[in-house]
Formats: sequence, structure tokens, C-alpha cells
Amino acid sequence: MAETSKKNPMDMVFASVTGIASVTVIIFIIGILYVLIAESSLAIKQFGVIKFLTSTDWDPVKNSFGALTNIYGTVITTILSMVFAIPVAIGIAIFVTEISPNVLKGPIGIAIELLAAIPSIIYGMWGLFTLSPIMSTYIEPFLKKITTGIPFVSILFQGTPMGIDILTASVILSIMIIPFTASIARDSFNLTPSVVKESAYAIGATQWEVVKNVVIPYSKLGVFGGIVLSLGRALGETMAVAFVLGNNHRITTSLLDAAATITVTLANEFAEADTDIYLSSLFYLALVLFVLSFITLALAKFFLLKAERKYSRG
Amino acid sequence: MKTFLNVALVLALTLSFTSAYATETLNGAGATFPYPVYSAWSFEYNKVAGVQLNYQSIGSGGGIRQITERTVDFGASDAPLASAQLTKDKLLQFPAVIGGVVPVVNIPGVKAGEMKLDSDAVCKIYLGEIKKWTDPKIKSLNPEVKLPDNEITVVHRSDGSGTTAIFTNYLSGVCPEWKSKVGSGTSVKWPVGIGGKGNEGVASYTKRQASSIGYVEFAYAEQNKLTYTLLKNSAGNFVKPNFQTFEDAAATANFDPRKDFNLWLVNAPGKQSWPIAGATFILLAKEKIASNKKVIAFYDWAFNNGDKKAKELVYVPLPTSLKNKIRAYWKSNGLQ
Repeated sequence: MAETSKKNPMDMVFASVTGIASVTVIIFIIGILYVLIAESSLAIKQFGVIKFLTSTDWDPVKNSFGALTNIYGTVITTILSMVFAIPVAIGIAIFVTEISPNVLKGPIGIAIELLAAIPSIIYGMWGLFTLSPIMSTYIEPFLKKITTGIPFVSILFQGTPMGIDILTASVILSIMIIPFTASIARDSFNLTPSVVKESAYAIGATQWEVVKNVVIPYSKLGVFGGIVLSLGRALGETMAVAFVLGNNHRITTSLLDAAATITVTLANEFAEADTDIYLSSLFYLALVLFVLSFITLALAKFFLLKAERKYSRG
Repeated sequence: MKTFLNVALVLALTLSFTSAYATETLNGAGATFPYPVYSAWSFEYNKVAGVQLNYQSIGSGGGIRQITERTVDFGASDAPLASAQLTKDKLLQFPAVIGGVVPVVNIPGVKAGEMKLDSDAVCKIYLGEIKKWTDPKIKSLNPEVKLPDNEITVVHRSDGSGTTAIFTNYLSGVCPEWKSKVGSGTSVKWPVGIGGKGNEGVASYTKRQASSIGYVEFAYAEQNKLTYTLLKNSAGNFVKPNFQTFEDAAATANFDPRKDFNLWLVNAPGKQSWPIAGATFILLAKEKIASNKKVIAFYDWAFNNGDKKAKELVYVPLPTSLKNKIRAYWKSNGLQ
């Protein structure tokens, strides 16, 4: 009591303002969750949980809805885009922090941040008009050619290359998430104390050895955090992929086939959903994405915390 | 401080001007398809009547919901509602303007208007039963056209759309197999083909992919000079998509005021009718008589003065006979 009375009144105001700001976030999340559940209750009643999650049927005419094709599309495009983006992003970060001459550091850093500032609809239109023709005329026929005859791999590149497919969407998505991973990785690489690095150089380590044995182990956690952030972004990204994914509700094994993600389905069909059960199923899909994102981020946080604890003990 | 005062003064002035002009506002929401023509009309109407029309193109589904919940003065929908639903939600409905859907193809060497198709051919192509342009069915329709022996790439809309609703209603009307297998709606479960988002998506894929077929709005095909095909109508004639054939469809179709004009304008019986057209509709809340009168004053003005503007934007104005039917419908519902 004596403590608080001594406090400056401005401090009290400051504390309550920041406190309220933080509580608002929690209220928003609960509010969103409530609305999603309330709006999708009709579809939950009609299709149940297991049936909705495992059904591949998406037929607005017959009012029969299932989420599996959408979940499949979301997971595949996210994984593929992470596979494309992570090596590039970490490469950028290593180059900027360890290898590049000082003159280049500024321009590259600004370029990365600019990439993050481009609205996703621009990526979408660019994908439709520029990337997709390039993919369908050059890259995809090439991939098809070099993989024919190889068992299993050739399955991934079956069908006519149209440029409207999982592969193109994942490439666009990976370009979008590179800046997030790269700038966070760069910042964490910068945190490696120069004393440690210099000692390594002093005992004769090469640049590659320093990066591999000193910088990366030192900043693993930060890099991982950046990857998780971009994972969240990739899961929820809509407009960049809406134009090049085709909104095809089928499960396909070929990367050259059109597919649908949860967000693409929502963006494409929400405005014209004319029956109650159709609209409710779309809300149900949004709820599935909400839970999916929550689980992914929670798992990532869990591993991050575990690793951190191990570090502080070690 | 001085700049702040200046900014405040300018803001205050602008606000006072806008509030002086915006004497009356009508709020509408719904279909995206008629948005350009509604906003062009409302711009002109604001000059003569001083009424501002605030139309939000959120999609037909949204328009129906908003007027059902009475959050707007009028709703707009590309799909007509059945009288049963209108009675249940206490709504009135009338058509405002007409648009159409045009099949477009990309076949090397084939120019706009050269290719002839009938409903059976379009249906079988979209069902995936006709796979090549050299199929005997297509050959017999086009004896003079040199067709390549290529597989057909079918392009459809990937997003929910009134254009798809009109197109699938056309197919359901002429093709029993389509009706039982796929059906009609703003988005359907396509048996074959790839999806493009919006007219621009479909047009872009059709242009890029040789030997493909897609369908787009008439206005979009016209403005972008796409390679449209001729279609056989229900009177057995091959017709071109243009203002005459759309007007013929609207004039010969049986829009019935007693059914609140509930009609898909497909396969109209006229000799020169284009078979795939559709009216876009306005929905009013029955009990909001005061605001309904204002909405109707706007559409009455548009029916009298807006045809030229509509044609400029490649919309098909309603024929006079239908306009008169709508005016009678307003009168019988005590709005005029």
C-alpha cells in the first residue's frame, strides 16, 4: 500500500492504459472465436466434427460440405512454401550479416523490408499475369521433362502445366514470407557477440565454419521464431494465392493441379454464398483455420520454450 | 499551431459543404455485376434530384441478407428469389438491367463469331464428354471451320458468381444430364476444367491456353474483344451476342409480375434471342414505404433517362414493355 501511494500518478495512468490495451487483444480473440462458433453452429449441427473434417465433398448446389480438400490445400501450400523460403531467407541473412561488404548491407536490408511492405493483392495479380505464364511455359514443362520416369517423383508433376496450381501458389507464398524469416534471422545473427566470432576466426576457422558452428547455434531460437511467424503468415495468406490456385475442391497428388486452401475458398465464395448452410459451412471452415493456426503456433511456442530452458540450463 | 488551425479550418469547411449537399442518401447493397451502371446512374441522378445513392457491391448473397435484416434501403441480387421466399421475408422484387454470358474460345485460326455451338455441345464440353475440337458433334456444327485435333481446355469461374449462376442455369435448362449431375448455382462442383478468379481470370487463362473455352460476361467480352462463339437458340437459329439479341431475349421472355418477375432469362423463345442472359434484381422491404418510394423514384428516372448510359457501359436496358410491367407492379404495391 505504501508502495503504490509513493508512485507517480503518471505511472498509474501509463500502467492502466497499457494494461487495457493488452486485455483488448484477449477480448478480441475470444470475441472472434465466439462469433465463429455461433455462426458455424448450423453447419456443426448438420455435419458434425469428424464428418466435416474428413469429407472431401464440397458441393454448394447439393448443400453438402466437407473441409478435407481445403485443409489439404492449406497444409501442402504452406509446407511447400516454407521449403522454398527458409533456405533462401537464411542465406540472405547470413550474407547480410557475415559476408557482404558494408556498402551492400543497407540496400539489401531495405529491399527485404520493401518486399514485406507490398500488399498481397499485388502479389496475386503479378502471379496471375506474370509468374503463371512463366511457370506454365518454361519451368513446369522443364520439371515434367526431367522427372519423367523417376518413380514417385514423376507423380508430383503429372498433368498439363497450366500455371494455376499448387506449385505456382507456393512459389508466390514463399516470396511473401521470405522477408519475415530473413529479417528476423538477420537480427538474431547480429546478436552473436563479436568476441566469440573473432575467437573462432583467431583459431583458424573459415567463414563457413564460423557460420555453421558459432553463429547458427547461437541464434537458433531467434531463427526458429522467425520461421514460426512466417508459418502463421503462410497459413492465413489469402489474396496472393486466390488468383493462382484455381479453387478446385479435389485432393490431388500432382503439384501441377489446381487446389483450394481454406482462405482461398473463403475469399472466392463468401460474397455469393446464398444459402444459410453454405454460409455457415464457410464460417466453420474459418473456425477450422483458427484452430489450425492456434495449434501450430502453440506447438511452435512450446518447442521454443523447451529449447530456451535447455539453453539456460546448459 | 498555425498549420494545425489551417487544417482544422479546411476540414470544417469541407464537412459543412458535404453536409449541405448530401441532403438525402439511399443505401443499397448487393450484386457486383450492376455496380458500374448503378453508380453511373446515381451520379447523374444526384445532379438532377439531389439524392445520393450509396451502393455497396458486396455480392448478391450479402445483398439478400442485408435487405432481409433491413440494414439497407434496397438489396440487389443477380439471382431472382422465388415468391415463397419473398413472402416469407416480406420483400418486393423487380429487374433493373440485363446482362449476359458469352462463351469465348481460343482456337488458333478461329476468329470471333466463326465458331458455332449449340446447347448440347456446350453442355457435353463442360461435362467433359466432348474432349477434342474434332469431335463429330462439333465438326457437324462447323463444316467450314478448320479445327485442330487438340484436347479442349475448359475454363470456368473459381469464385462464386452470378455469371456462373446464369451459365449453369442455362446448362440445366437445356441439358438434363447437367441438371442431375451438377445443377445450378453461384458456384458448382465442376466435373472438368480449371478455375479463373473473376472475368479477368477466365479471360486470361482462355487467352493463354490454346484450344480452350471459357465463359465471361457480355460486357467483358465486348470491351476486351474476345473471340466469342455463335450459339443456337431455342428457336433453332444461330445468333450473335449483341444488344439486339439480348433485347429480343428480354422482350420475348415471360417476366410475370404475379411471380415477382422470378425468371432466369435463359433460352428465351424469341427468334433472335441470345440464350444465356440474366436480369439483375432489386429487392425492397415491403413495410418501408417512405424509403421504397425514393428508391423507386430513382429507378423510374433511370428507366426513363438511363438507357444511353447503360449501353455505353455495355449493359442491356430493359425493353419498354417490361418497364411498363414493372411500373404497374410498383403501382399495385402502392408505391407509385
